[in-house]
Amino acid sequence: MAEKPEIDEVTGTETTGHVWDGIRELNTPLPRWWLWILYATIIWSIGYMIVYPAVPLISSYTKGVIGYSSRSEVALEMKAAKADQKVYLDKLETASLEEIRTNPELLEFARAGGRAAYNVNCSQCHGSGAQGSKGYPNLNDDEWLWGGTVDAIHYTISHGVRNDQDEDARISDMPAFLKDGTLDKAAINDVAEYVLSLSSGGSDKEAAGRGKAVFAENCADCHGENAEGVADVGAPALNNAIWLYGGDKATIVQTVSYSRGGVMPAWGKILDAVEIKKLAIYIHSLGGGK
Amino acid sequence: MGEAYRAEKVDAIDAEAVNKKENREQRYKKRVKIHPKGVHGTYRALKWWMIVVLLGIYYVTPWIRWDRGPGAPDQAVLIDFVTQRFYFFFIEIWPQEVYYIAGLMIMAGIGLFFITALFGRAWCGFACPQTVWTDLFMVVERWVEGDRAARIRLDNAPISASKILKRCTKFALWLLISVGTGGAWVFYYADAPTLAIQLFTLEASPIAYITIGILTFTTFSLGGLMREQVCIYMCPWPRIQGAMMDEESAIVTYRVDRGEPRSAYRKGETWEDRGDCVDCNQCVAACPTGIDIRDGQQLECITCALCIDACDSVMAKIGRPEGLIGYASLAGEARRDQGEISSIRMFRSRTVIYLALWSFVGAIMLWTLINRADLEINVLRDRNPLFTVLSDGRIRNGFTFKILNKSPEQRTLVLSVEGLAGARLKVVGSEDIAESVTPYFTVKPDRLHSFRLLVSAPKEVLPGETLDIRFVLTEINTRTKATYDSLFKGPEK
Repeated sequence: MAEKPEIDEVTGTETTGHVWDGIRELNTPLPRWWLWILYATIIWSIGYMIVYPAVPLISSYTKGVIGYSSRSEVALEMKAAKADQKVYLDKLETASLEEIRTNPELLEFARAGGRAAYNVNCSQCHGSGAQGSKGYPNLNDDEWLWGGTVDAIHYTISHGVRNDQDEDARISDMPAFLKDGTLDKAAINDVAEYVLSLSSGGSDKEAAGRGKAVFAENCADCHGENAEGVADVGAPALNNAIWLYGGDKATIVQTVSYSRGGVMPAWGKILDAVEIKKLAIYIHSLGGGK
Repeated sequence: MGEAYRAEKVDAIDAEAVNKKENREQRYKKRVKIHPKGVHGTYRALKWWMIVVLLGIYYVTPWIRWDRGPGAPDQAVLIDFVTQRFYFFFIEIWPQEVYYIAGLMIMAGIGLFFITALFGRAWCGFACPQTVWTDLFMVVERWVEGDRAARIRLDNAPISASKILKRCTKFALWLLISVGTGGAWVFYYADAPTLAIQLFTLEASPIAYITIGILTFTTFSLGGLMREQVCIYMCPWPRIQGAMMDEESAIVTYRVDRGEPRSAYRKGETWEDRGDCVDCNQCVAACPTGIDIRDGQQLECITCALCIDACDSVMAKIGRPEGLIGYASLAGEARRDQGEISSIRMFRSRTVIYLALWSFVGAIMLWTLINRADLEINVLRDRNPLFTVLSDGRIRNGFTFKILNKSPEQRTLVLSVEGLAGARLKVVGSEDIAESVTPYFTVKPDRLHSFRLLVSAPKEVLPGETLDIRFVLTEINTRTKATYDSLFKGPEK
C-alpha cells in the first residue's frame, strides 16, 4: 500500500491502493446522509438499551428503566378485552337461554363465543363443522337423542352422557339382545328388516312382517310404538333418514345384537357456566335446534 | 459572488448557472445555493393563479358542507376510517369499492402522460405540490429578505441582529405555512369544524397531531430547504418522463437560430451579424433549478417557464421580438431550419392514444358509477359441513348471507331462491321469520347486515351432487333487486 493515498485522475477520488489487473479501487466516501443515519441509529440504540429490555444475562436479562415487557403488554390487552367482554358476559350470566336467543346482540356474542369454545372442546369428537361421524352425533341435523330444545342441549352439555363424573349424566342402556340371549339371530334379522322398512325400505317384506311383532315386544317400550324415538330416555327415532352408527342392515343387526352406547364428558365440571350457555346457544343455532 | 450590474450593457447581471451543463461532469457535487430572481410576465401570472386555485382547493375543500340527511356526515369530502366510508359530494364509496380510487389513479396517470406528451413537464412546472409550495416559500423569502441580490448579500453578511431577525421571521413564516399544510390535511379525515376545535383544545387524537407534525416537517424541509434537490435527485418523474415525450412535445426552448452568436449589447449598437441574445443572464438568474436554458433540454428543467418571462421583458426593453425563449418542439425547430413553418403539432398518434385511453377509463368509471347498485348481497356457502341430511330426508345447506344497504333509508326486503323446487329458507336468530319460502328482513340505512341462512330442499330435486341456484333479494316498495348465484350441494348419487 502506498504511503500517500493516490488520487484517481478521472474522479479526483482517493484510491485504496488495491489493484487488480490494472483496475484500481476507488476509496469513495460514504454519502453523508447515510453516515448521519448510521450515527443516529447508534445513538438511538444506546438510548433503547437503557430504556427497554436488551442485554441477555446468564439467567435473566437487563430489564430497562421503564420496566417494559411484551408479556405484560399482552396481559394488559387481555385484561382490556376481558373488560370489554364483561358487559356481555354479565348479561349472559343473568339472562335465561330463551332471553339470549331472542336478543340479537346477545345471540351474536354467544354464538361467536360458543364457536370458539366448540372448536377447543368439542370438535375433537363432533368434527370441526359439527358434522359428527360414526358414533358421534351430527349436531347440524334435527335429530336429537336427548332432545333438541336449547334447554335440553344445555343439560346434555352440562352433565354429559354415560360418564362417571356426574350423577345426573344422561344414561340410557340398550340391551345387547343376542349377547344377553333375549333374541336369536333369526329374530334379530327380522326386526332389522322391520326397522329398515320404516325408513329406507327393506328388501324382505316377509321378514319385516315377522319383525313387527318382535319390535313391539322388545323395542317399542323405549323407541316408541312407531319407532319415533323417545328423547326422555335417549332412544333415537328409527323411522327417519338419520343413523348414528349407520343405516345399512349389517350395522343394524350389529347394533341390536351387541348394543351401543357413546360417552360424553360432563362439561359443567370443566367449563364455567357462561361458557356452557354459549355452547348451548351455538349448538342450537347450527340449524337443528328445536 | 457579487452582483455588479454592468450599467452600460442592457440588464446584464453576473449570474452563473450553478447546475450549468459543463459543471455537471462530476458525479457528485456539493450543493450550491440557488437564489432565483423574481420575474414578471405571462407565465408568472399564470403560476400565481395556479397557486391560488390549487392551494384554495386544498385548504377550502374540507370545509364545504353537503347535507346527507340525519346520521350521516355533512362534510362534502371526507375519508372516514371509523365507519369505513369515503364521501365525495353525492358519491359515497364503501371499502370494497376501492376500484373507483384505482380508476381515478389510472386516469390521473394517463392524464399526466397526456399533458407531458403535449407540453413536457407542465405538471412539474405548474401543478406539482413541490413546485406550488416552493413557490409559496419563495414569496415569503423574497418578502422578508429581498430579491436575489439582497439575499446573496445577506447570505454573505456576518451574523448581525438584523440578519438573525430576518432569518427568524422567514423561518417562523415558513413554519406557519407548514403547520397549516399539515393542519389542513387532517381535516379530510374527520369533521373539520369539530376537529379544528379539538386541535386547539388539545382533545384531538394523537394521530392527528403526529400527522400534522410529519407534514409540517416534510413541507418545511422539502419546500423551504431542499427545493430543487427534490426535483433533481429525489423525484422519479424526470427519469420516466422521457418515455412520454417525443420530438413534437412543446417544451421550454431557447431559439439557437435567433439568439446566436450571443454577445453583450450596448444601446444604439447595430443588430447586424449577431444574435438577439444579449447574454444578460436574466434567464439564468430566474431559474429555480439553477440551469442555463440556452444549453438546451436538460433533466433539471421543470419547465416552470420563468426564463421565458425573464427573457421577454429584456426583449421588450431592447426592442427585439419576444419569444427568444419560448415553448417550442424539437421537431418544430427542425422544420424551421428547413424553412418550413414551426408549429406545435398537438394531434399526433401519441396524444390521441393517451386521450382515447383516458376517455375510455373515464367512461368505464362513469358507467359503473351511474349503474352502481345501492343494494348488494354476498352469499358464502358453508364448507364444513357441505350439507346436512335432515330426519325427513331433506337436504339442508348453510349460508352466510350479507346484505349491503348502501342507501340512506331503512329497507324491507324479501329473500327468495330460484332454481330449487320445494326450497324452505330459515334465518337463524330471527324467530319471527318462521321457516318459509320467502323470509323478509328489515335492514338499517347505510349498513352491512350479516345473517346465517339455512336452505333445505327435498332430496329428489337434486339431479346430482350439485345444483345451481340463485338468491334474489327484492325490496318490497321499489322492487329493486339484487341477485347472487350460488350452489346447492347434496350427497353423492
